[in-house]
Amino acid sequence: MLKNRIIPCLDVKNGRVVKGINFVDLKDAGDPVEQAKIYSDGGADEICFLDITASNENRDTIYKVVERTSKNCFVPLTVGGGVRSVEDINKLLNCGADKVSINTAAVQNPKLVEESSKKFGSQCIVVAIDAKKKGESWEIFTHGGRNSTGINAIEFANKMENCGAGELLVTSMDKDGTQSGYDIKLMTTISSNVNIPVIASGGVGKLDHLAEGIKSGASAVLAASIFHYGTYSVAEAKQYLASKDIPVRI
Amino acid sequence: MNVTIVDYNSGNISSVINSFKEVAKDKVNIEVTSDLNKIKSSDKVVLPGQGSFKSCVGALKDIKGLVDTLNDFAINNKKPLLGICVGLQMFADVGYEEKETKGLGWIPGKVSIIDNQNRKYKLPHIGWNEINIIKDSKIFKGIENKSHMYFVHSYEFIPEDKNIISATTDYSSSIVCAVEKENIFGTQFHPEKSDKIGLKIINNFINL
Repeated sequence: MLKNRIIPCLDVKNGRVVKGINFVDLKDAGDPVEQAKIYSDGGADEICFLDITASNENRDTIYKVVERTSKNCFVPLTVGGGVRSVEDINKLLNCGADKVSINTAAVQNPKLVEESSKKFGSQCIVVAIDAKKKGESWEIFTHGGRNSTGINAIEFANKMENCGAGELLVTSMDKDGTQSGYDIKLMTTISSNVNIPVIASGGVGKLDHLAEGIKSGASAVLAASIFHYGTYSVAEAKQYLASKDIPVRI
Repeated sequence: MNVTIVDYNSGNISSVINSFKEVAKDKVNIEVTSDLNKIKSSDKVVLPGQGSFKSCVGALKDIKGLVDTLNDFAINNKKPLLGICVGLQMFADVGYEEKETKGLGWIPGKVSIIDNQNRKYKLPHIGWNEINIIKDSKIFKGIENKSHMYFVHSYEFIPEDKNIISATTDYSSSIVCAVEKENIFGTQFHPEKSDKIGLKIINNFINL
């Protein structure tokens, strides 16, 4: 039986780990490679790096971080943030990333998703959708949640599936940083509208939120702060889900 | 000893390289190349593969003499070869991803899309799934039945001869996830991404 995945995410800036509240107000806290190793030793099913300020700054530090991580962690590594071109994707994959997540560029240039999934395979193309509630539906945002687009999140999710995305990483902008749980309705709506796996993100504050995320129909749950600040370990999260009869790899 | 990872532009192979180097340490030399002479003279060959069946077969054929060299290595000289993911799928006669494409024909069978039971199951099949070991395989030495391995694929290998199947995994149906035919080994899952247990499989292959 396929197990539900728990994915700790590390926000990385200039090669160092940070975590912001609602995408601003950053704190510095450690070496991403060491953190990733702690997570994978603790049973993380995948590791995710988000290079948060990559859109504006020198990106070379992330390549070195990815290279070091992939020589120390032997679980899948997803890297996102500031990915603009086929060449960016190629570079990250060559450094040892297993998947690349594309956010702003997928909105501005859906052809990038089409081209890169053909060139590298759908298995390594994750489209990251930042969505904010708007009336009865959701609107997608780009540039780390700063720019509105007027594009409907459900329609965009369908479009990305058709372009060849292998997975969707769905973050609720309303919930991110609040520790009040995922936007369950958003996760349920998107995962029931596409046939590719959905990774739920944004809002985890306690272990039961992870269980809610899985029950919403997501195939994987992503969380940053609860693991990063040591509120819970990945192993504790898995034990908790197992105790709720949610299949996980232990 | 030399183990060669065939570098034929089949997509991302850095994780395969990193994991084999991690296991080999200084004891075994890991080569990453498409040089035909180096492949011929190596003791073992790893055939990775990402992307589509069609693009991987196309990439193999684009390197002049590579298919013949691999045939000599695995079929005529019967030296150990491990195919990973699409690397395993290419053992088949034919694959149906994108369009009908002939495979290497080493193990009779076909590669078809996984039946998602009318959208009841998500595709690709991504994540950690348990393997059911149904036959003693040399690469499973010390690996417990029901161990978790990391999968990411939408197509499955359906061999004609069920006796070559060494493990299956349960998703929308029972999916072949490891084969062993004499000197030819293959895994649909990614040992290079399956943490310590995956590295053990790589170690078993290196130490055959």
